[in-house]
Amino acid sequence: MDIGLEGGFADPVLQSQAGFRTIMDALANPGTVQNFTKSALAHGALTAELVSTLLTLCDQDSPIWLSDSLRHSDVEAFVAFHTGAPIVREPARAMLAFATSAAELPELGQFNLGTQEYPDRSTTIVLAVPALSGGDELITRGPGIRDHGHISPLGLPEDFIGQWADNRELFPRGIDLLLVADGAVLGLPRTTRIAEGH
Amino acid sequence: MNAVAQYNFAYLDEQTKRMIRRAILKAIAIPGYQVPFSSREMPMPYGWGTGGVQVTASIIGPQDVLKVIDQGADDTTNAVSIRAFFAKVAQVETTTHTADATIIQTRHRIPEKPLGRGQILVYQVPIPEPLRFLEPRETETRKMHALEEYGLMHVKLYEDIARHGRIATTYAYPVKVEGRYVMDPSPTPKFDNPKMHMSEALQLFGAGREHRIYAVPPHTEVVSLDFEDHPFEIQHFEEPCALCGAEQVYLDEVILDDRGGHMYVCSDTDNCEERREAGHVGVLGTPQEAAE
Repeated sequence: MDIGLEGGFADPVLQSQAGFRTIMDALANPGTVQNFTKSALAHGALTAELVSTLLTLCDQDSPIWLSDSLRHSDVEAFVAFHTGAPIVREPARAMLAFATSAAELPELGQFNLGTQEYPDRSTTIVLAVPALSGGDELITRGPGIRDHGHISPLGLPEDFIGQWADNRELFPRGIDLLLVADGAVLGLPRTTRIAEGH
Repeated sequence: MNAVAQYNFAYLDEQTKRMIRRAILKAIAIPGYQVPFSSREMPMPYGWGTGGVQVTASIIGPQDVLKVIDQGADDTTNAVSIRAFFAKVAQVETTTHTADATIIQTRHRIPEKPLGRGQILVYQVPIPEPLRFLEPRETETRKMHALEEYGLMHVKLYEDIARHGRIATTYAYPVKVEGRYVMDPSPTPKFDNPKMHMSEALQLFGAGREHRIYAVPPHTEVVSLDFEDHPFEIQHFEEPCALCGAEQVYLDEVILDDRGGHMYVCSDTDNCEERREAGHVGVLGTPQEAAE
């Protein structure tokens, strides 16, 4: 039986530092593709990028939500052994949420949006997508972006533009989104405005 | 095997780093908002930059090059000891050259040389709450930020004008970030405020004693508060740096004797040295060759 002991970071200190800088650069420069330089290996349904993000950011103080295909004993055992993070069922209680596809993601508004006094208590969603480019072109604007940028990730939730606009409307409340694929991460903090077009 | 116990890389334990890292990510996502974090005891007293040190310790990696400045100077006690601290516990390369650094930890100045993409400026912040001297209750200031109720701050600036004929605040001059949060830029001279606006660098702020982290991402609007009829302006100096002749830089006054003799020199020591190496000489400076 797989009890989740395998995998994880071989060098937890420097791999999580590298992972964090990748994620921080992604959120500070929304829409740019940042590569995980010292990635972990995939584990079961968890892709390598999901594992890297999970091990970098999660521990016993960070309740996490897992999408359906991650709710398996091997993933749960892996999470328990390597991070100790409590797994919650309600998206609204999660500090971080991990999903393997947009189809398994509830509406963004169901996650914790934070409060007006404490907007930092909102959920950070980590979504594995098929690719970070090759999809419909979207225009991004906001802090961290000089003038405007372009993104074209594949596998975004349906009606993403509308859901994101609703999320943006809540500012300073709202969720933050990390899209991961191909050993890289693309950050979309709540401040980013997204529109269709070229 | 090494028999002597070592500190963890960059001193902090991994769980603390993760907690601070999560706070930094939320700070970047909500520019100007102060994220509470569980500040740790550091091997230096509060007021010596424990907030900045914790932020630096959580982001720094072996490939980073660290510069630390105290009031613009690389060679003052606070800067030297923090640089030595990270050289010891993280074995990172350190520098005094602004352009060579990937992380610059600062106490109360922004380097004169414009920062570039990929550089990170870490501020040591004593009191992160810009409204604190106007409203001592945290519950109230938090509500004021939540409701975007910043009238009190404008009243304070107006009282300056009523009393002095101009806005007399010269440091820790409040700014509004991305049109939403009013933020304390830490006690930097207001001379440095325009450098925060649309900076290429990521700016992180750590307040250890007050348990707060906040951030300004690159290319973010940072506007100093003012009035239409009393627009924000920075300090102006009547004479250039006495050593390197620089103008449009922030100068410190140095007393030379007890008969009123004084000189103005660059606060940014690295900028001053580079200018002197490039051959610039001020009225009291000596040409580089002669000095050696």
